[in-house]
Amino acid sequence: MNQKHVTNEMNTKPSNLSRRGFIIGASSAGAGLSIGVLAACKPNDSSSGKLAQKTIDYSNFPPNPEVNAWVHIHHDNTVTVRIARSEMGQGTSTGLAQLVAEELGCDWDSVKIEFPTPGENLARERVWRDFSTGGSQGLRGSQQYVREGGAAARMMLVEAAANEWGVPIEECMVSNGIISHKKSQQETTFGAVADAASKLAPPLDVTLKKQEDWTIIGQAKKRLDTAEKLTGALKYASDIVMPGMKLASIKACPILGGTLKSYDESIPMGMAGVQKVLKIGEAVVVVADTWWQAHSALEATPIEWDGGEYAQYSTNDIEALLDEGLGAKKTFTGNKGGDVAKALATADTTLESIYNFGAQNHAPMEPMNATALWTEDKCEVWCPTQNGESALAAASTAAGLPIEQCEVYKTLLGGGFGRRGMPDYVVQVVSIAKAMPGVPIKLQWSREEDMIQGFFHPVTKAKLKGGLDKDGKLTALDFKISGQSILAALMPQALIQGMDVATFQGLLPSGLDPRVEDQTLKYTFPNFHIHHAMRNPPVRPGFWRGVNLNQNAVYLECFLDEMAHKAGRDPLDFRLEMLKDNPKMAAVLKTAADKAGWGSNDGKFRGLANIYGFGSYVAACAEVSVSDDGKLTMHKITAATDCGHAANPQQIEAQVEGSFVYGLSAMLYGEITYKDGQPEQTNFHNFDSMRIADMPEVETIIMPSGGFWGGVGEPTIAVAAPAVLNAIFTATGKRVRHLPIKDQNLRA
Amino acid sequence: MKTLNVNGDIVEFDGDEDTPLLWALREQLGLTGTKYGCGIAQCGACTIHVDGEAVRSCVYPVSAIEGEEITTIEGLSKDGSHPVQQAWAELDVPQCGYCQTGMIMAVSALLKENPKATDSDIDEAITNICRCGTFARVRKGIHLAKTKL
Repeated sequence: MNQKHVTNEMNTKPSNLSRRGFIIGASSAGAGLSIGVLAACKPNDSSSGKLAQKTIDYSNFPPNPEVNAWVHIHHDNTVTVRIARSEMGQGTSTGLAQLVAEELGCDWDSVKIEFPTPGENLARERVWRDFSTGGSQGLRGSQQYVREGGAAARMMLVEAAANEWGVPIEECMVSNGIISHKKSQQETTFGAVADAASKLAPPLDVTLKKQEDWTIIGQAKKRLDTAEKLTGALKYASDIVMPGMKLASIKACPILGGTLKSYDESIPMGMAGVQKVLKIGEAVVVVADTWWQAHSALEATPIEWDGGEYAQYSTNDIEALLDEGLGAKKTFTGNKGGDVAKALATADTTLESIYNFGAQNHAPMEPMNATALWTEDKCEVWCPTQNGESALAAASTAAGLPIEQCEVYKTLLGGGFGRRGMPDYVVQVVSIAKAMPGVPIKLQWSREEDMIQGFFHPVTKAKLKGGLDKDGKLTALDFKISGQSILAALMPQALIQGMDVATFQGLLPSGLDPRVEDQTLKYTFPNFHIHHAMRNPPVRPGFWRGVNLNQNAVYLECFLDEMAHKAGRDPLDFRLEMLKDNPKMAAVLKTAADKAGWGSNDGKFRGLANIYGFGSYVAACAEVSVSDDGKLTMHKITAATDCGHAANPQQIEAQVEGSFVYGLSAMLYGEITYKDGQPEQTNFHNFDSMRIADMPEVETIIMPSGGFWGGVGEPTIAVAAPAVLNAIFTATGKRVRHLPIKDQNLRA
Repeated sequence: MKTLNVNGDIVEFDGDEDTPLLWALREQLGLTGTKYGCGIAQCGACTIHVDGEAVRSCVYPVSAIEGEEITTIEGLSKDGSHPVQQAWAELDVPQCGYCQTGMIMAVSALLKENPKATDSDIDEAITNICRCGTFARVRKGIHLAKTKL
């Protein structure tokens, strides 16, 4: 069979190489530069003696057609798995490939990945479904259909082989990309039957493997994209070079709601390499032969801004707005039970505290950038986006061209954390490219631009009032959040009668709506009211890794810790008592505490936190010490996570560790403050981020209880800060309620 | 015209000599493995070696070079076989990877100077920012790389 297959194809003309399969095809500008990922671990020369003898040069063969949208198998048995979601470091592409490969039954070492374009998705009636990458949805949001895609491809490959051999499908076996029929002692490879399989009708009924039969899902597979990250070979969007390309630097009005009043282009136009100075919206752009020339010229350009309404706006104004909200009578109720007013009035002991969580910049290491080429009938964009489809829509609008005449090529992202879901930089680059038809334009933001033009973590405060009975049990909790709604600013259509349900992430009642079941409260409180006074300062909010779970976990877990101490009770027991109805939540909390040596007296001070978020149960126990002069040392954080199914344990470990760095950087240093209507922080010197010296040891305990798919990239970020803050209290007796802690003396 | 010795190649740079080495490397010499992260020597994504020492190339003007040997990530090894790169591969250190070339250059310079670097040496010498938060594996990677020197 193989021989026949080979003979048939030898007379056909040589193939074109896959558009997507190459890193920076150095094509002519007009032909369109394709970005993709080549990530095969090693070529698959089959281990089967019989098959391995066939050493065939496939270079002149036409490529096999795809088996289906998810699976493309090549003559040499390498398997290209299509990944719709963006890869920004979180490892989702490797995880998704594992899901597909599991059901496909291929040799894992033969797997590589590529990213279909949003334009192809549109042209194929969204066969790859959602491209947006956020909310820790990569695996959990697509696991069903990508596994079905892998299984369907396997069924088609087997059917093709069975047809070839004239044997019943049921008698064929699949292992590591080899299909065999025992009775007739025949075997073949996926690559040999891929062409025939592609011509078969896809199966109507697909049965997925049972968990106990998984051999790829659940394994600590290495990432598929590491090698090129170690040598500088990987081309991020900011590394793109195209023939005739010009480079752009941009400075948008830094003042909230401000406008561009005037600029003097004579100065930059006289500088080396400068091609063009233009206004895009409320921004000045300089285009030059190199970015350094463009940026130097932009820095030299005299620009006048019109500050407008918020020209004097400052962090004090935000504070005043939020403080007013803390006292508001009218609020949106996110969750309630019992009669909290009565319970507070009759409590044996009460306590009230106010916490805050400030605005944070995402600050991914690769500042925003994109490359575009505009002509009268086509617009192409190369960009590191978390949402290829919204980038495509934005490009089409900015280009003034129908969406079918536009295309977006995704690169790997140099960090995302939610920032790259916004297409503002795509609109900008297309607008510039449209002003210079036929010239590829790469827009690179400076770090300062990236810092100032952020979509910041929402700014909120919370006032919590608690009541205890004489036995030290929590009888009342009034939890009022005052502050910013992300949805009100970015997706007002998602508000429900004005309420932003997402504000209550981690705090919502169960059974409200299946779409927010992954954001529900797992404590059982007798009398409680969790409500939100929406107060929206004119600052742009955004989805920042962990989103609203970050502040909600700090507010709730620190305050419950306060209540436990007020009651003179062990904070672990105090919590577990209220988690009796949720054994999974209790299990991760207890495990984290036990493994961290909760209760031991070894000179280190411990603090706990737990929360349910993005569909996963997570808990942390931090061990810290605070020196006599107030210096914090975070020794270790033990983290337990139950994400249901754990697709790749070593990547989960990496995500837990990384999420802690992101969350703790915010707790320690992160804060965007405003003065004269603009952010005071402009770069990493005043928006600092954790370094290795700050890094605690992290022990990650993965407790996959099965039966569900929980998120991984975000949930654990939320428990890092409250666990450390609670440990600081244990160490010092001082409760830190104001974040970040950078300028506070922890002993004073 | 400035003559530069980059990864063992003698190259001519005919741009403005005030240009930071980072941009000369990336834009004139096409060596894009060295990354722009902050432009103010805070983050270390642009770390290269100048005569074997780690330097943040975003604030190092071309004019300051006087015949020193410049090594970028592309020149650290031909094939990713430097002990630090090997250790990084073994432990799957990178996440997004954008800062990792600078991280690897900083670590390789440290281990060249101090092949027995302790945790406190690491804390002192490695101040690169990684927003993905790979520090736990970076530390493990450094200790693993020490065994491969």
